Amino acid sequence: MISSSIARKLAMALSGVFLVLFLGQHFTINMTSVISEKTFNSISHFMGSNPLVQFVLQPILIFGVLFHFIMGFVLEIKNRKSRSIKYTAFNGAANASWVSRNMIFSGIVILSFLGLHFYDFWFPEINYKYIEFLPENPNRYYEELVHKFHDPIKVILYSVSFFFLALHLYHGFASSFQTIGVNNKFSKSIKLFTVAFSIVVPLGFVFIAVFHHLNGQ
Amino acid sequence: MNLTLKIWRQANAAAKGNIETYPISDVSPDMSFLEMMDVLNEELMVKGIDPVAFDHDCREGICGMCSMFINGEAHGPDRLVTTCQLHMRKFNDGDTITIEPFRANAFPVIKDLTVDRSAFDRIQQAGGFVSVNTSGNTQDANSIPIDKHDADKAFDAAICIGCGACVASCKNASAMLFVSAKVSQYALLPQGKIEATDRVLNMVKQMDDEGFGNCTNTGACEVECPKGISLENIARMNREYYSASLEG
Repeated sequence: MISSSIARKLAMALSGVFLVLFLGQHFTINMTSVISEKTFNSISHFMGSNPLVQFVLQPILIFGVLFHFIMGFVLEIKNRKSRSIKYTAFNGAANASWVSRNMIFSGIVILSFLGLHFYDFWFPEINYKYIEFLPENPNRYYEELVHKFHDPIKVILYSVSFFFLALHLYHGFASSFQTIGVNNKFSKSIKLFTVAFSIVVPLGFVFIAVFHHLNGQ
Repeated sequence: MNLTLKIWRQANAAAKGNIETYPISDVSPDMSFLEMMDVLNEELMVKGIDPVAFDHDCREGICGMCSMFINGEAHGPDRLVTTCQLHMRKFNDGDTITIEPFRANAFPVIKDLTVDRSAFDRIQQAGGFVSVNTSGNTQDANSIPIDKHDADKAFDAAICIGCGACVASCKNASAMLFVSAKVSQYALLPQGKIEATDRVLNMVKQMDDEGFGNCTNTGACEVECPKGISLENIARMNREYYSASLEG
């Protein structure tokens, strides 16, 4: 079944919905950092030390991320091969949004951002816990977060990435339901939720980055 | 109207094509696009130039033969019309109009603006039909009650004329709208449900074998479809496919 075009699209859609759920959880936890340092530290410590999260959910998440990106490239290559000779004039804007036609580009920006994000947070965290085996400190997370956003260039890079994340979500989330087979009376509500989610979550992430940048001055 | 036409010329399937420029004058705004092409071809023949080959048949928007990609859109800038129903009043005096064939690897160019769309025929042959017992005891179709809502949706899908504008407009050259219309028109009716499982699996397999791209839900096909076939059909075909895959 996975060899068919529809099966591949379904796999792409399901991995996308999974990543949206993760994004919602990540956003919720990060938002606590602007409300309560103690709460943020407490949740971060739980997420960073719980064996179920660390050794079951985290590998599933990494697999989900890698799968979504690899399948995205596989589909893109196949799609490009389906029209070897391009049109001299192709008025894509006449019938489809820029966002829907350029998911690969917003996806590549998000992939690049993930590289930076892993460099900033994930690799140091893995190094701290599993390579250098540094002593456990449940109160270090908030300080690390504020420190990371001290550099204004980083805040700008994160904000630009979140803009592209918004574009990707704007088409991707509702589109995944169409692929799953949902196109009915609920579609309007799904689209409304998609618009709200694709604005609120990335804008919230920008707010968190700017907040901690100003907080750390 | 005086126009400049930039038209894809390609002598045959193996030849390398290129865009040629032809000026045309005194075009009536009331002409259809194909009539304008007829006038151009008459002028070309007088000059000893090979006329532009293009597909056409009924010239009233029901056969699905005309297949030009005009100024970056399948069937041109108008909506819910085929090229034969497009009129020159949609353009302005002095315009430059670019005319290309429908492009997809599954639709190879035969000559100039004519393309081979037999891939659609092979998809239909893979399952786009209902096997009817014609031994003499066939049940009268009118004796089978069908929900009006389903009958309307089946009809909406069945009006697809198979022109290929969906493939031509899709940035991925995907045939999902066409195939989903053909799957839907049967899946919604009791007569079509008997072979529903094999139908969707076989038609999707044939679609993939023909080399069409994947659907990325841009919605371009729905906008450019001269018959207004809805994306709802693609969602229905996806459901049919998942269900059939689990059964099969």
